[in-house]
Amino acid sequence: MRPLTEEETRVMFEKIAKYIGENLQLLVDRPDGTYCFRLHNDRVYYVSEKILKLAANISGDKLVSLGTCFGKFTKTHKFRLHITALDYLAPYAKYKVWIKPGAEQSFLYGNHVLKSGLGRITENTSQYQGVVVYSMADVPLHPQGEKDLLNTHCLHGGEIYLHLILTSAYNGSTITYYIRNEMDIQGPGANSPSTSTAGALSRPHTPTPQDSVSVSL
Amino acid sequence: MGRKLDPTKKEKRGPGRKARKQKGAETELAKFLPAGGDENSKRLSSRARKRAAKRRLGSAEAPETNKSPGAKPLPGKLPKGAVQTPGKKEALSLFNIARGKKRPAPTHSSAEEEEDSEGDGVVNQEDLWGSEDSDAGMIDDYGAGSNSEDEDEDDGEELLPIERAARKQKAQEAVAGDQWSEAETDEEEEEEQVSAESGPREDEESEGGLQINVDEEEPFLLPPAGEVEQDTQAPDLQRVHKRIQDIVGVLRDFGTQREEGRSRSEYLQRLRKDLATYYSYGDFLLGKLMDLFPLSELVEFLEANEVPRPITLRTNTLKTRRRDLAQALINRGVNLDPLGKWSKTGLVVYDSSVPIGATPEYLAGHYMLQGASSMLPVMALAPQEHERILDMCCAPGGKTSYIAQLMKNTGVILANDANAERLKSVVGNLHRLGVTNAIISHYDGRQFPKVVGGFDRVLLDAPCSGTGVISKDPAVKTNKDEKDILRCAHLQKELLLSAIDSVNATSKTGGYLVYCTCSIMVEENEWVVDYALKKRNVRLVPTGLDFGQEGFTRFRERRFHPTLRSTRRFYPHTHNMDGFFIAKFKKFSNSIPQSQTGNSATSTPTNPDLPNVNGQVTPKSESGSPSTKKAGQAKQRLQKQQHPKKSSFQKQNGISKGTDTELSTVSAVTKAQASSKLQDSSQPPETAAVVREPKEAGKLKQHSPKLQSFRKAAFRKQHAPPKAMDTDLPAAPSLSKTQATPKPEDRDQPFGNTTGAEKVKQQVAEQPFKKAAFQKQNGTPKGPKTPTMSSRSSSQPPPAKRRKSQSRGGRQPALTSVDG
Repeated sequence: MRPLTEEETRVMFEKIAKYIGENLQLLVDRPDGTYCFRLHNDRVYYVSEKILKLAANISGDKLVSLGTCFGKFTKTHKFRLHITALDYLAPYAKYKVWIKPGAEQSFLYGNHVLKSGLGRITENTSQYQGVVVYSMADVPLHPQGEKDLLNTHCLHGGEIYLHLILTSAYNGSTITYYIRNEMDIQGPGANSPSTSTAGALSRPHTPTPQDSVSVSL
Repeated sequence: MGRKLDPTKKEKRGPGRKARKQKGAETELAKFLPAGGDENSKRLSSRARKRAAKRRLGSAEAPETNKSPGAKPLPGKLPKGAVQTPGKKEALSLFNIARGKKRPAPTHSSAEEEEDSEGDGVVNQEDLWGSEDSDAGMIDDYGAGSNSEDEDEDDGEELLPIERAARKQKAQEAVAGDQWSEAETDEEEEEEQVSAESGPREDEESEGGLQINVDEEEPFLLPPAGEVEQDTQAPDLQRVHKRIQDIVGVLRDFGTQREEGRSRSEYLQRLRKDLATYYSYGDFLLGKLMDLFPLSELVEFLEANEVPRPITLRTNTLKTRRRDLAQALINRGVNLDPLGKWSKTGLVVYDSSVPIGATPEYLAGHYMLQGASSMLPVMALAPQEHERILDMCCAPGGKTSYIAQLMKNTGVILANDANAERLKSVVGNLHRLGVTNAIISHYDGRQFPKVVGGFDRVLLDAPCSGTGVISKDPAVKTNKDEKDILRCAHLQKELLLSAIDSVNATSKTGGYLVYCTCSIMVEENEWVVDYALKKRNVRLVPTGLDFGQEGFTRFRERRFHPTLRSTRRFYPHTHNMDGFFIAKFKKFSNSIPQSQTGNSATSTPTNPDLPNVNGQVTPKSESGSPSTKKAGQAKQRLQKQQHPKKSSFQKQNGISKGTDTELSTVSAVTKAQASSKLQDSSQPPETAAVVREPKEAGKLKQHSPKLQSFRKAAFRKQHAPPKAMDTDLPAAPSLSKTQATPKPEDRDQPFGNTTGAEKVKQQVAEQPFKKAAFQKQNGTPKGPKTPTMSSRSSSQPPPAKRRKSQSRGGRQPALTSVDG
């Protein structure tokens, strides 16, 4: 566990700012205590200083996670946001998209949202703008199985729809992906179950064995 | 072999199946409420009637040859029961009579008459319930200990709001329901055939009423051993079950019902074998359970283990409210209810049209699937905001997230688990539920006070044999033996000691520890707790849970500390939740009693609870028979020789007791197991002395009423620990009265000493009371870990931080305005 280097901080902040703009400031300076970013196992954790103090007692190899995981640095030093950061980004998001209840489920299962499913959208949302998607009840949504935070871009064109640009391994629409792939949030030793970039609709996705597993009654 | 949960059959169970099996207050009530036979006739639907008629035909056709030897072990045939004629069976109303007959005597008396009418009732009831959801899988266990109650429950079940709601909700299900019940009927009929073949009783009834009636008045005769052997070749479950009932009935009224010349142990042995066959338990576990429960309760327990517990979920109050969640889930077609008065966040799910573990709400972290029993330890722990809490064995994170939610994400939780694989689920769950105040670590729990200490509260959900969750994991039935239990117990003791050491006794708000297991074995619960009471400066406090059964203070040859009454046990058959044990400790001193580690064992004990030892041992030495005294003296010598070694060893380990035990006993695990038998055997001479202890304890309590001790504890908190020790003295005795006696057994056995009690005696003789107190003063600094812990915890809330946050607060509005 260590603080981020300057370069890492810049890369990460750029990414976060894509979603929440200058509200980023609010994440760093909080009224309820000092919060900071720490790098552990290539993951970036957003954690209160209080917690950090206690965590300092724990040796690196025994530490699994602390606070909230915001995302990770790839081997090429790009930063990928994780859905676990959604709770922090959602309140501050600059550009929001609300989708209708009908389209909600389909979106959650990893499909695009057609224009008809679009409830509201922040004005002036430009093309390729990072947005946070909400249900009409203001619950931030993310497609199940998408381990990176929505890299949702807003395309303006003949038919406006939200297009999920799936930058990372997209593992089909298993609803339990999130639960089944905790290791991805956790860190190394984690084996990403599939590296195929199967698109949501356009490309056929090959369900891994995990897909069939679902927590059910 | 045996009756198992058959997944294929389970599929066909209808809605409300689980609800039906739940035994709440209604069940209890139903037992007492007199139920008229007439209500059954009213309840017959036309379809049911048809089917009943069909069945009657079928059973009439059933060939006489089917008469299996089932009835034969009941030889004597008396013409007495001629009252019942075969013709009876044809009349519907007579079914009801049969039922009615059964009702007043739901406890299976051994009288054959009742059994028969009951057997009759089985089939009929199936008809009655066929239209609903009588399920074939259940026929086997019909009439088992709890079954007649089930039946009663079924009656009430119709009226359950859940069912009504379910029906209202899905009007279209009426059609589907028809088909479904059709399927049920088929299955049922199949089942009938099966039962007609396997269970000859029904056939006999339909054919030769005479024979049956002859049997009816016959007292149950224990089959001779030879016949039993035949049985084991291809055990006929129906018969076995019948025999179980009979034996239980006989044992209930042994004086009059017994067969001449048969001893109780013969009956018990037979029963044990039958139960093992019928419920497919291993011999060992069944023996343990028979020790644990009275017979009638045992059958109920075994029966409850065949049925899954209801699915419960806990609202994540960090993200939503229970009402909102319930509404959202109901909209998705989930049928649920609040869990109970005791829980403000729990919901129980009766049935659901969507997978309950994959709803958007679940993925958004609005709730957590969690057994009802798993919520209890956290409620007992009662975490407060801004505390520092350790969850020692946290996977899969259910309890941890509950703690976080009770703390409203303030303070710090250190969630630890030794199993890296299971930690993954912890990470996922905590993130999903939005827990931000947790650190997840991967240590062996036994290393704990060394890694970090000074927690306000510690939750230890110790790894256990899982005998409380047999319904979840039926493998436990057979794959556990004495060794496993003792191995668990050993690990639990080590974990508990290090958990206690990790608690900061001087914490303003806390200083508590909750120990829980999902096992119901005394070895893993009371025994472990009792051990900790002896080893550390802790006392048991009420768990704050107003239900559950009290822990044992005495179990067979073992005697535990009387305060174990404040621990809680939960059973599947009484509380309809997983079997569970919860004990809550309050740590009142950070110093670690040294008497056992032997630092100063022979000459200078630093043990604060030595006065107790004093008080308690004296009566014992009085009562001790001369022979034991002699033996004790001889052993004392031995002890002395051994002690120096031991003590030096421990000094090297120094810091914590926990690690010491860990190190020294790792190799001794097997020894401990082996010697545990010794222990048992060594117990009897001591028990005489031990039995007296409760009295002694009572006396001591008078000296130090609880209030006093509390006040003193509070006083001590304000002062430096060493000073406070003196004031604490009177409080200590109330804590550990009985402790000293069994202690040596636990500890010393691994080292091959059975002389614990004698040793203590010796110590006591050597140190006068004052000395002990003096030692205690010294004792505090001696515990090397404590000072650091307390200092750490005191440095926990740094004033600087507050200042910072204030200044930041000043800046905050500007930013938000920019944002807005």
